[in-house]
Amino acid sequence: MDKLERSTSISFSQWLKSGEPWIWINGAAISISVIAVVGLIMILAVKGLGHFWPGEIMSATYQDPRSGEVSRIIGQVVEKESVPIEQLRASGLKLETDEEFLSRYLLKLGNRDVTGTDFAWYLQVQTNTVEYPQAAMALERREWGSFYGFLHQVKQADQVVATASGEELASDAAWQELQTRIERVSQLHDQIEQLEKHEIGAINAKLERLRLNERGIELDEGMSDSAVKSARAKIEEGRAQLDQEYQVLQKQLSQLYIKVSRDSITAVTMDGSSIELPIAKIVRAYQPNSLSLSGKVAIYFSKLNEFLTDDPREANTEGGIFPAIFGTVMMVILMAIMVTPFGVVAAVYLREYAKQGFVTQMVRVAVNNLAGVPSIVYGVFGLGFFIYYVGGSLDQLFFQEALPSPTFGTPGLLWASLTLALLTLPVVIVATEEGLARIPRAVREGSLALGATKAETLWRIVLPMASPAMMTGLILAVARAAGEVAPLMLVGVVKLAPSLPLDGNYPFVHLDQKFMHLGFHIYDVGFQSPNVEAARPLVYATAFLLVVVIAMLNFAAVSVRNRLREKYKALES
Amino acid sequence: MAKPETKTHAIDISAISGDKAPVDLSNDRVSVAVEDLNLYYDQTKQALNGINLDIPQKRVTAFIGPSGCGKSTLLRCFNRMNDLVDGCRIEGKISLEGRNIYEKSIDVAELRRRIGMVFQKPNPFPKSIYENVAFGLRIQGIKNKRVLDEVVERSLKGAALWDEVKDRLHESALGMSGGQQQRLVIARTIAVEPEVLLLDEPASALDPISTLKIEELIYELKSKYTIIIVTHNMQQAARVSDYTAFMYMGELIEYGDTNTLFTNPDKKQTEDYITGRYG
Repeated sequence: MDKLERSTSISFSQWLKSGEPWIWINGAAISISVIAVVGLIMILAVKGLGHFWPGEIMSATYQDPRSGEVSRIIGQVVEKESVPIEQLRASGLKLETDEEFLSRYLLKLGNRDVTGTDFAWYLQVQTNTVEYPQAAMALERREWGSFYGFLHQVKQADQVVATASGEELASDAAWQELQTRIERVSQLHDQIEQLEKHEIGAINAKLERLRLNERGIELDEGMSDSAVKSARAKIEEGRAQLDQEYQVLQKQLSQLYIKVSRDSITAVTMDGSSIELPIAKIVRAYQPNSLSLSGKVAIYFSKLNEFLTDDPREANTEGGIFPAIFGTVMMVILMAIMVTPFGVVAAVYLREYAKQGFVTQMVRVAVNNLAGVPSIVYGVFGLGFFIYYVGGSLDQLFFQEALPSPTFGTPGLLWASLTLALLTLPVVIVATEEGLARIPRAVREGSLALGATKAETLWRIVLPMASPAMMTGLILAVARAAGEVAPLMLVGVVKLAPSLPLDGNYPFVHLDQKFMHLGFHIYDVGFQSPNVEAARPLVYATAFLLVVVIAMLNFAAVSVRNRLREKYKALES
Repeated sequence: MAKPETKTHAIDISAISGDKAPVDLSNDRVSVAVEDLNLYYDQTKQALNGINLDIPQKRVTAFIGPSGCGKSTLLRCFNRMNDLVDGCRIEGKISLEGRNIYEKSIDVAELRRRIGMVFQKPNPFPKSIYENVAFGLRIQGIKNKRVLDEVVERSLKGAALWDEVKDRLHESALGMSGGQQQRLVIARTIAVEPEVLLLDEPASALDPISTLKIEELIYELKSKYTIIIVTHNMQQAARVSDYTAFMYMGELIEYGDTNTLFTNPDKKQTEDYITGRYG
């Protein structure tokens, strides 16, 4: 009986034998993974989404440690860090303190048109009379970045409408006047955009089609003279009509431009000088220091909404990223539409029809190895084969009238989707093959024994039962394709696309167009931006959004798969 | 110790009741005829060796024998299921109603419709009960809802399942019990009106009550179909079959009417097997 009792002191080898260390190691591995994933998403979310919070505007006097000059600074505190004093001394600053570390602020100064820099570091010890003036105003502008300062006057056609006295608050008359005028301007801007992008854009698209028709007539040698003449006349007629429409729109547009540039403000900058700003260039104005929490939340969501639904401004460092979201999703969907049928058909052949032997095995190994080819190689292949060879041939055959400017012989959405389809093909093939292999033989035989042919069995029984596996393949493919950037740079992604690949102009889906992509946007904003400090939070925000988009695409596919699994769950026995 | 004089049966032969009149094989019309059948897996491995067998119409014929004796292989020859096995080669002739089913001109799908098969494990499709039964008809291109409804009802009644499932025809067949699933598979098979039913150990995965139901069903189906059943359970063979074939090591050892084979076997091997000395 003694032997059955567990002894209270266990030796190390006994502990090892009990399997407990394994549980600890497994638990630790899982914890590290979970912490890594959650931590990653948290960092992206906090750093990215925090960017849209309207920070308070600090005002202070600052004594420059180099020259000793005293000046006034206004700006939003972006970051605070401590630096070792040696580093500061080594960079030539004369500092008379005994502390080992000094803290410094990164201030967003804005006013790029006035000072030339948006961001600057300031040592805390050198600042004096720090205050947060209630009337300090932050403007977001269509160009030159943000502006920080104080509202002075609101003008309509050079006539002063309202004047703000320096320290007054948001409720003051001039401020109200400014807000209503910004509202008016933003409506006018919407109208301008509607006219420029959609209506004039549509006319341009039609004109381009007419031009191509004309070129087509020139190239067509088989047409009789009279036919050419009548076709030409028709084109001229169409062109004249479009020109007329264009003139009308152009008139409307110039009127709108006059209307929009009616109002302006004068504002006081940090050094006390006065500057005149047209209201047409202002997107949003707020006084963060006097805002209540709910006011700040409102501004936050308005900015977040802009980020999600607007076009980018100022070399992608301001505004929204809607075209990139749209481009990413559309490319992934197109990729899925192309890769799924192709991969499934290939897997069916490999598993169901091909004679299982050396050759089939080699094909399978080759397919698996394709998954390991670096993605940039696919990009090169897409560029060389799809774009220059296939696209070039298509242009020669069907779009001759547009030459020498290429239609499909240039990077575009179709080729990007196709390249990614090729990249993700092995994943779909392997997953589908595994799914097919898991279908019980008994079920196939049951179908065959009822007089179904092999093809009927495949279509009615086997493929539906393997559909969850196909979805698994698709999920993996989507996850890989949505995050891929390197090959896209070669086959269709651009920094800024003038229009979405799906719009109201014939033929509505523009597979030949270049598009924007979240992954590339991250790279572009983060590393190609003229204004790195301003872009950094956007990099986080865009990265967070990319993760969210991929997660949403995956959740959609997973929920479809779960429904299919429930429907076609394999026989238990 | 001396060999015991009396035959001690491993099975209860009282199941072979007297109400079954001894049937003379020569009086029955032959449905399936097997002539000099040899079957090889790979080049050398011979699984069936010179089988000659006439299976009578609208009777139950049972194949018994130890595991690996080739009885399932023989059964799968009747609807050419062995075609699916790589490297399987067949010599000889199997005729259905006088026509060799291994001729080139035979439409295998049509052959399999005429010779239905029920497998060891219930294998319903992951579809509704209704769609399982209608599957064979849909394959033949029948779309008329009335016809389908009628055949589904008739087949489920034929498989003694109608009363249990008539209120949940459109629920998944995978939610049924094993015994119900097996009867569903039988209903599915008789829905396409085959001439011959091949049953490959149809009750081996079922509990005793379900087994009993399947056996009763076999007894009823006998009036309409030629039934060939492979079974490990000798009592079952004795209970349900009119004729029994005993196979051993790929050869047909003895074939005759069930009563005679179980009570008075000709061959020593048969006697040893049914008295439980091996197998």
